[in-house]
Amino acid sequence: MGKQPEFDTSPPVSDELRKTTCYMCACRCGINVHLKDGQVSYIEGNRDHPVNRGVLCAKGSAGIMQHLSPARLRAPLRRTGPRGSGEFEEITWEEALETAVRWMKPLRETAPEKLAFFTGRDQSQSFTGWWAQAFGTPNYAAHGGFCSVNMAAAGIYTMGGAFWEFGQPDWERTKLFMIFGVAEDHDSNPIKMGLGRLKERGAKVIGVNPIRSGYNAIADEWVGITPGTDGLFILALVHELMRAGKIDLDYLIRYTNAPFLVNGDAGSPDHGLFLRDENGTPLVRDRGTGKPVPHDAPGVEPDLAQGVRIAGTTHRPVLQLMAERYLDPAYAPEAVAARCGIPADRIRRIAAELARTAFEEEIVIDRPWTDWKGQRHEKMIGRPVSFHAMRGISAHSNGFQTCRALHMLQILLGSVEVPGGFRFKPPYPKPPEAHPRPHCKARPGQPLDGPHLGYPLGPEDLALTEDGRPARIDKAFSWENPLSAHGMMHMVISNAHAGDPYPVDTLFLYMANMAWNSSMSTKRVIEMLTDTDANGDHVIPHIIVSDAYSSEMVAYADLVLPDTTYLERHDCISLLDRPISEADAAADSLRWPVIAPERPGHAGVRGFQSVLLDLGHRLGLPGMVDEEGNPAYADYADYMVRHERRPGIGPLAGWRGDGSAHGRGAPNPAQIERYIENGGFWLAHIPEEAQYFKPWNAAYQDWAVETGLYDSPQPYVFNLYSEPMRRFQLAAEGHGHRQPPDHLRARLSETMDPLPFWYPPFEETAVSEDDFPLHALTQRPMAMYHSWGSQNAWLRQIHGVNPLYVPRKVWDAHGFEEGDWARLTSPHGEITVPVALMEALNGDTVWTWNAIGKRRGAWALDETAREAREGFLLNHLIHELLPPKGDGLRWANSDPVTGQAAWYDLRVRIDKTTPPDDHASRPAVPAQRSPVGRGPRNLAFKGGKA
Amino acid sequence: MHPAPSIIVFTAISGLGFGLLAWLGVGVPDVTGWSAFAFFFIAYALAAGGLMASAFHLGHPERAFKAFSQWRSSWLSREAVLSVATLLAFGPYALALWLFETRLGLLGAVGSLLALATVFSTSMIYASLRAVPRWNHWLVPTLFLLYAISGGALLSGEIYAAALLFLVLAGAQLLYWRTGDKLFHAAGSTAETATGLGFMGKVRQLEPPHTGPNYLLKEMVFVVGRRRAERLRLIALLSGAILPALVLSIVPAGHLAAAVAVLLHVIGLLAARWLFFAEAEHVVGLYYGRR
Amino acid sequence: MTSLPDRTEKKLGLVIDLDTCVGCHACVVACKGWNTQGYGAPLADLDAYGAEPEGTFLNRVHAYETVPDDGPAAVVHFPKSCLHCDDAPCVTVCPTGASYKRGEDGIVLVNETDCIGCGLCAWACPYGAREMDGKEKVMKKCTLCVDRIYNENLPEEDREPACVRTCPAGARHFGDLADPDSDVSRLVAARDGMDLMPEQGTKPVNQYLPPRPKADRVPSPPPDDGPVDVLAPFLEPVADAPQGFLGWLDRALGAGGR
Ligand SMILES: Nc1nc2c(c(=O)[nH]1)N[C@H]1C(S)=C(S)[C@@H](COP(=O)(O)OP(=O)(O)OC[C@H]3O[C@@H](n4cnc5c(=O)[nH]c(N)nc54)[C@H](O)[C@@H]3O)O[C@H]1N2
Ligand SMILES: Nc1nc2c(c(=O)[nH]1)N[C@H]1C(S)=C(S)[C@@H](COP(=O)(O)OP(=O)(O)OC[C@H]3O[C@@H](n4cnc5c(=O)[nH]c(N)nc54)[C@H](O)[C@@H]3O)O[C@H]1N2
Ligand code: SF4
Ligand code: SF4
Ligand code: SF4
Ligand code: SF4
Ligand code: SF4
Ligand SMILES: [Mo]
Repeated sequence: MGKQPEFDTSPPVSDELRKTTCYMCACRCGINVHLKDGQVSYIEGNRDHPVNRGVLCAKGSAGIMQHLSPARLRAPLRRTGPRGSGEFEEITWEEALETAVRWMKPLRETAPEKLAFFTGRDQSQSFTGWWAQAFGTPNYAAHGGFCSVNMAAAGIYTMGGAFWEFGQPDWERTKLFMIFGVAEDHDSNPIKMGLGRLKERGAKVIGVNPIRSGYNAIADEWVGITPGTDGLFILALVHELMRAGKIDLDYLIRYTNAPFLVNGDAGSPDHGLFLRDENGTPLVRDRGTGKPVPHDAPGVEPDLAQGVRIAGTTHRPVLQLMAERYLDPAYAPEAVAARCGIPADRIRRIAAELARTAFEEEIVIDRPWTDWKGQRHEKMIGRPVSFHAMRGISAHSNGFQTCRALHMLQILLGSVEVPGGFRFKPPYPKPPEAHPRPHCKARPGQPLDGPHLGYPLGPEDLALTEDGRPARIDKAFSWENPLSAHGMMHMVISNAHAGDPYPVDTLFLYMANMAWNSSMSTKRVIEMLTDTDANGDHVIPHIIVSDAYSSEMVAYADLVLPDTTYLERHDCISLLDRPISEADAAADSLRWPVIAPERPGHAGVRGFQSVLLDLGHRLGLPGMVDEEGNPAYADYADYMVRHERRPGIGPLAGWRGDGSAHGRGAPNPAQIERYIENGGFWLAHIPEEAQYFKPWNAAYQDWAVETGLYDSPQPYVFNLYSEPMRRFQLAAEGHGHRQPPDHLRARLSETMDPLPFWYPPFEETAVSEDDFPLHALTQRPMAMYHSWGSQNAWLRQIHGVNPLYVPRKVWDAHGFEEGDWARLTSPHGEITVPVALMEALNGDTVWTWNAIGKRRGAWALDETAREAREGFLLNHLIHELLPPKGDGLRWANSDPVTGQAAWYDLRVRIDKTTPPDDHASRPAVPAQRSPVGRGPRNLAFKGGKA
Repeated sequence: MHPAPSIIVFTAISGLGFGLLAWLGVGVPDVTGWSAFAFFFIAYALAAGGLMASAFHLGHPERAFKAFSQWRSSWLSREAVLSVATLLAFGPYALALWLFETRLGLLGAVGSLLALATVFSTSMIYASLRAVPRWNHWLVPTLFLLYAISGGALLSGEIYAAALLFLVLAGAQLLYWRTGDKLFHAAGSTAETATGLGFMGKVRQLEPPHTGPNYLLKEMVFVVGRRRAERLRLIALLSGAILPALVLSIVPAGHLAAAVAVLLHVIGLLAARWLFFAEAEHVVGLYYGRR
Repeated sequence: MTSLPDRTEKKLGLVIDLDTCVGCHACVVACKGWNTQGYGAPLADLDAYGAEPEGTFLNRVHAYETVPDDGPAAVVHFPKSCLHCDDAPCVTVCPTGASYKRGEDGIVLVNETDCIGCGLCAWACPYGAREMDGKEKVMKKCTLCVDRIYNENLPEEDREPACVRTCPAGARHFGDLADPDSDVSRLVAARDGMDLMPEQGTKPVNQYLPPRPKADRVPSPPPDDGPVDVLAPFLEPVADAPQGFLGWLDRALGAGGR
């Protein structure tokens, strides 16, 4: 052996390190951005950050290529060719803003509802909502309606918090973890970190998913359930647990409405509502006296078994109603096995494992705490069973009730907010009552009468006009879907096109690719966006889009407001919005321009939030102009620091006042610097004694008030039985003055059931199983974020094309071979796509990766890019309405409770077909011109230099 | 393996050249003056030309000189050293024959040995690779040497020796194909050993790591259709060995017959070499579900 | 240089836990990012925005299905980079000495200024761990982040490979496999760590921890045994109908179930 080469194993890593927040998805990890020669050279996770503690996913690490993407917009654009052509001219910011004002100002003065402002998965919803409220239009929402509102709303209505990013399993203590219908989730890195911790500790993971990939691949046990049947499976588990008495009675009595007495008088307008005292406090039967007493009265021993009879009416405890429902043989494992595709034995074994782990492996922590009634508990007792779920159970038309069923199961096991169970992250828990109600009153020249979105507690909270019609363009909070807490973005374009409930003038979209992957029936949506009336005018007269890249949606805009990339602007990840807190800490964070937005030779880009503030000033919106008529805020950074939602409460909670106040305090001009010094985030630990039992823990309630999460303590009990839902049923039965239209009565009666139940997904019942025998699903690839990952030179090499995965049974039946193509037909259309075999897949299910297919010419990709040829969307097969049922009505393909888009109800049939000559999937949307040209051919850059 | 023209040409042509040199070194044919010049010109052109072709396969041909350094461990380096040594050794030998009509017998013998050693090293570049089981066999050097010696015999005009050698070559080639077809299996590498997952069942690729192409797939995962392989094997065998042997033994000797035989042999040789690469399965294919 | 050291002082390498890897490709991209700006030439991407994008990656994650004769198929995500073999054939074939195995820690490296881009080392590697850079035309491979693990410009805790640091699931471990007391050696011992393609005789340093047995692969006991067996007591019915359930409730609460 000769001499080894010498080289420097200790080279300088970079010139400078700047810490900010990732934006390659909504998980919002902390990142260290390394700079060399003033250019981004490397991105890694921030070890101190509460969300990711140093790790970073593929998208996060590839952020550098997103930042350098050739598809970045460079200047405001005005459309010159037909909508969709991609033909634009660059204009100045002044022209762009004046154009927007010219369109919007008259609307505000006459009919503010004619502006429809909808935003995608942006992380400034408290700001955009505030802007829309100031404008006065009721037509504002973010993407939750087509995303996962079932999960969020079912969580809030049931337990005052949800999975999603609002809570997490007690990763350090749980021993049995079940994960339903999750491929990736918003809590992307934390789930992976958590699973890693479970594996390290040898805890058991059960994955319930028709597809065994990703998280389900590493699960110790895979339950390859038939799509749409989780509710049945869960209720069968409930059936078994109740039958065996394996429920936590103590927990139910203390923390839930299980003992609340329900009015059993079928003729009464209060039928099904809680028996209450004169103060409105729900009553329970005291076991000592047999008398109804307020549930929160000191010393009361609530009964769960027996009711009371008052004036001839029997009032029965909730748990009694539950026993009647769930002990029914209809929910026995044998009864559901075939439908769920899970053997009855297996269901029973899982129920037994839940019971064993919850009750035999009880966790006891020596940590005294005091509940809100002042009672001291010496120990914290926990049941180490936890659950997580996402769109797999929520993106179905029975999703709300299914999510409720899962929460009910957690609660019956006593495993919410206890050691080893599921834990909320501040600002949750927060019961429905603590959220606002939706507001919808549009008045010329006036702001809206209150926040747009909220949690209705009964028919009186619906967003209806005087004559009972939907007040919002998306028909959210109408009788069709009363609890649509996140709005219904997927209905906006089709309703606006139909002029139902009314036409709009300007459609203002921010960060949503509505002309492509976030629409149902993409080709039809494109037609709606381009459609003209008899005069040749567009049916939707104006479309303004804010995007950072040359997306498919940009091509359909009349005016494009180019945003910066995430490394070039201020952003605020606020506790007023979607939290990044941990179960034992409140946290918020920001983004700041770690690199200046430069687009040499072009008018340049501006952070959208700053642009909105500028527009707000030009439109004279309240809160955005000061007394002299000057802009109230210089830009978004200024807003982040100086805006106050309530006195002392602003977008950022850390370092308020003189820098020593947290949570509450006067604005601090140096606040942003303090955040940057701290790595871009702020974190406040919850005191130890307050870390569990949060909804009932006096120490937590006090801490939350101090931190500004609540204005006063608000302990509450979990709603096994949902009284707000029962109020809608009562309306459907003819009670109350706000009455649903007749055609919706039966459906409301059925689906607004106050106790979780299962019904078959709507599309399944609307079509014949013989015609459409298969379920078709999508999954998110972990290394791709919706449509916008394909412009990333690194990520597109990992997921550049998406075959349709077909289970063995179907593969053999159709004689498929490698390299084959298939025609996939749904009740709404057909696509022609490449297929591939997957064995570890539910036998009645086909699936593909989500949003890999691209329109030719978009994203600065070559028109021959595989994403644009072979890649495809399932969206062409999905309709926002169900197939006609012959009743003359078109019912929505949504959850009837929340309006959640039922993406995963899709039914299809598959046929083998000859591969297209051009090897391109069908339908092929014609190419657009690229407003930003094409990317360079080859890349090799070092140290940030492209 | 990807049948890169540069490598096929390199091994085939340089093999012929070194084969011819091996014969010339032992005085077959016993030529001097301008006819010696002609023979050596052909031999050098083939040998050196082949080596040049191999440079096209290099990412950095300008650094090719570095390849001489690792003769202690690397067959490629040995091949480089030996080929240059061979060409150098034959320099004075050829000059002496051409200009002085003198045969430096010992130098010639050494040169012949070097030439054969060169061909042997070339073959060992491949035969030493365990990752390509079809190559990892003593028949590979045997075959390379046979191709070199028989082709060399043909070029040196040793008609009967050539005819005989071609028959041996045909046999060896057939034997190699028959043996080679079993080697991958015999090596014992499977998707199960590659992944260690055999204990969980049969292993199949679900998704490739990247949907985009990569160097490994282009370089090492080449799949020839069976029909095509069979056709080419026939061509290689007939054209490379059997037909030249027939031509040499039946057709009266002469320039035309020799030219036809050479042409046939070269075609067959190229076909055989193309197959040598194209049919060779690299175990990395197991990771890509391509075996 | 192309001869292998007789022995190396340390055997630095990775231990990859197939039971934990979720197939997220984070390690793939972190590796790409670090090594593009770090050791040697940047990792190029050809046709970056075109039909056939082809870049150099030092670590790639495969996905396999395992199909047993009975029971459901499983999916295993399978990251693969250079295994820093003890008996590295890629080193001995190298004609220039560009490829070498370090005596002090066993890391197999390519000295790019010596590399002629002949590709032979990639042929010699059974694992597909070496890729020729499409633009620079030199051989690229995992460096075990040799410019991180000894880098004094990095905080101590960051002196580990980029892929290990980033792995969200904690499926990648780095350490000295020559030291039987190291964390990685213990893991390997506890979890039956394995060599890939042992028959190739390369003696890989990197080890793979096999997936743990899947609960859904445990053959179910015969039906007459009762399906839930040891778990059966946990589902002993207290009631079959609501009425009985209420009776049980009464008893449970009465008996001080609180
Ligand atoms: N990498 C990456 N991360 C992302 C995103 C992304 O695009 N890329 N998008 C973000 C967004 S907007 C969202 S909403 C979240 C969504 O995160 P996920 O909820 O994980 O979303 P999907 O990928 O749609 O996964 C749905 C899963 O449900 C399964 N499934 C479908 N139907 C059923 C069913 O009936 N029952 C059961 N049990 N399972 C079923 C599918 O097989 C799939 O695995 O991810 C966020 N995170
Ligand atoms: N078939 C099927 N369809 C689905 C789903 C599914 O599971 N299956 N999932 C649904 C769900 S849950 C969701 S959330 C939607 C997501 O679908 P979309 O909301 O359409 O998500 P993206 O494709 O990420 O598009 C977001 C847009 O934001 C732009 N953008 C990115 N960064 C910035 C920025 O910094 N500033 C600005 N102004 N713009 C930016 C992107 O260029 C892109 O045009 O898809 C839905 N569609
Ligand atoms: S999960 Fe990945 S993409 Fe999302 S914020 Fe974190 S690092 Fe960024
Ligand atoms: S980062 Fe970790 S979990 Fe993700 S693919 Fe790599 S090894 Fe697997
Ligand atoms: S894995 Fe391949 S490249 Fe790495 S040392 Fe082993 S043989 Fe060489
Ligand atoms: S490609 Fe470079 S490192 Fe590999 S064998 Fe050739 S010279 Fe050595
Ligand atoms: S150790 Fe470094 S070079 Fe090797 S795979 Fe990991 S990140 Fe890449
Ligand atoms: Mo979403």
